[in-house]
Amino acid sequence: MLGEIFGSKDEFKLRFIEIDSITKNLKKIRERSHGLWLVFAFFAVWEALPRLGIIDPIFLPTFSETIITLINLAMSGKLFVHIWASLQRSMIGFVLAVLVAVPLGFLMGWYNSFERYTDLFVQSLRNTSTFALLPIFLLFLGLGEASKIAIVFYGATWHLLINTISGVKNVDPIYIKAAKSMGISDKDLFRKIILPASTPSIVSGARLGAKTALLVVIAAEMIGAKSGLGYFVQNAQFNFMIPEMFAGILTLSILGLILNYLLVWIEKKATYWKGDIDQAILG
Amino acid sequence: MDKIKSESVKKKFKLKDGQEVNNNGAVSNEIEVLNGVDLSIRNGEFLVVVGPSGCGKSVLLDIIAGLTNSTSGSVYLDGKKVEGTNIKTGYVFQQYALFPWRNALSNIEFGLEAQNVPREERTKIAKKLLSLFGLSDFWDRFPYQLSGGMQQRVAIARALATNPEVLLMDEPFAALDAQTREILQNELLRIWEGTRTTVVFVTHSIDEAVFLADRVAVMTARPGIIKQLIEIDLPRPRDGNIRSSPEFADNRHKVWNLLKGEVIKAQKDWELASVYAR
Repeated sequence: MLGEIFGSKDEFKLRFIEIDSITKNLKKIRERSHGLWLVFAFFAVWEALPRLGIIDPIFLPTFSETIITLINLAMSGKLFVHIWASLQRSMIGFVLAVLVAVPLGFLMGWYNSFERYTDLFVQSLRNTSTFALLPIFLLFLGLGEASKIAIVFYGATWHLLINTISGVKNVDPIYIKAAKSMGISDKDLFRKIILPASTPSIVSGARLGAKTALLVVIAAEMIGAKSGLGYFVQNAQFNFMIPEMFAGILTLSILGLILNYLLVWIEKKATYWKGDIDQAILG
Repeated sequence: MDKIKSESVKKKFKLKDGQEVNNNGAVSNEIEVLNGVDLSIRNGEFLVVVGPSGCGKSVLLDIIAGLTNSTSGSVYLDGKKVEGTNIKTGYVFQQYALFPWRNALSNIEFGLEAQNVPREERTKIAKKLLSLFGLSDFWDRFPYQLSGGMQQRVAIARALATNPEVLLMDEPFAALDAQTREILQNELLRIWEGTRTTVVFVTHSIDEAVFLADRVAVMTARPGIIKQLIEIDLPRPRDGNIRSSPEFADNRHKVWNLLKGEVIKAQKDWELASVYAR
């Protein structure tokens, strides 16, 4: 029968897509490795400039010296104390932001009147620089953990909130219509349609929020803290421990890079049903 | 006995602020889509609705499904007024409307979930439908992994899963290529001949209408009413060969003659609308 022939043709097409995606993945890895060259070149120039005396080695230690300092700091365990302090603050702040912003975003996205009353206020807060508010947080919450967590919470909230709102607003009405035609209850409409349909947008908001959390915590630690990578870098500069300062900055780069790939990976896992969309570059 | 009865169903839509429409010189911010649709659909009948663009065919389906209210007039299903959605009706959309986060199997299970059918039974019913559509091997695929024809098969299976007494289909094959379209028409007839569900099927294609229908309802240009009902006297079961028969051509001709004037009227209406839009 014709239908059967067509069925198998479709199947053939799918198999083809599978093989295609494997070769595509290999190609992607190979293509990504092309990016390493420029990084290596950067390190080489970094190594050369102080060695050749073009830049004073007191201000710019060589790359190898920075790496050795970094390894020593890691071996002594000192570095991890600061990494952990920064991560802890940004994670607590971020989780709090998720707990507040996502439910709030659902309310604002679903109930137009709710958004009408809150939008101007939210936009005013959102468009005020987080860093400008830092002194206020320090003033009210002191130099302890609370002020750092609060500023991270504040910084991470907006991406989450805005993406949740737009996720809910942009749920394709045809899904709602289809679900209603099958007699779905209001409670299930939220759980089975609105929530999964807005997940991609919320997850990408979470990715941006998590990155902001790390960014903000470093800045906050530079201004008022006794631990954390931000404090470490700032403190190293104050005490003219330049190799330590560069080692701290390098640690931040590595940490940011790991976080970015981790978040992209999580995002892909959470939206597995959307197919292969390369989001790594969006980072 | 009549399964569905539509009594002088009218539907007006309010336009957005600032938008206006000119109805024979009378400026209004409402647009009249249905202007008193009277229609009786027999139990177990395959009724196809054709009409020019914008005549309110889809709105009529939405009203029968209980997804939207009529402005005046009523639709009755088994003698009971339609108010809100009903588990007796299944709906198939042109855009498939499969939930992309669910695989084929769990898409088909959706309506059963809404009715709290236990998991095992849900899966059993869904698997049976998958095999009916020749998709058993694809149960775990997500919509993006399926071709258009396969997606629409899953969507029809999903609508059939709750064993509806009425199946509403809104241009379900319009987005498919011509070959897939014919194959799905054949499959639909094969399945319908087994179930004898009452089907209300909206299409722009006269060939499709004549091939599928017991009766074709031709609608007028907006504001739509039923212009005429045509009995399609082709024998069943039908297969693709019937398309080249002279009887098929006769029926086709009949439908097109009724529709032609309305299509021209509708086009003038659109031209007028675009003049006002400027």
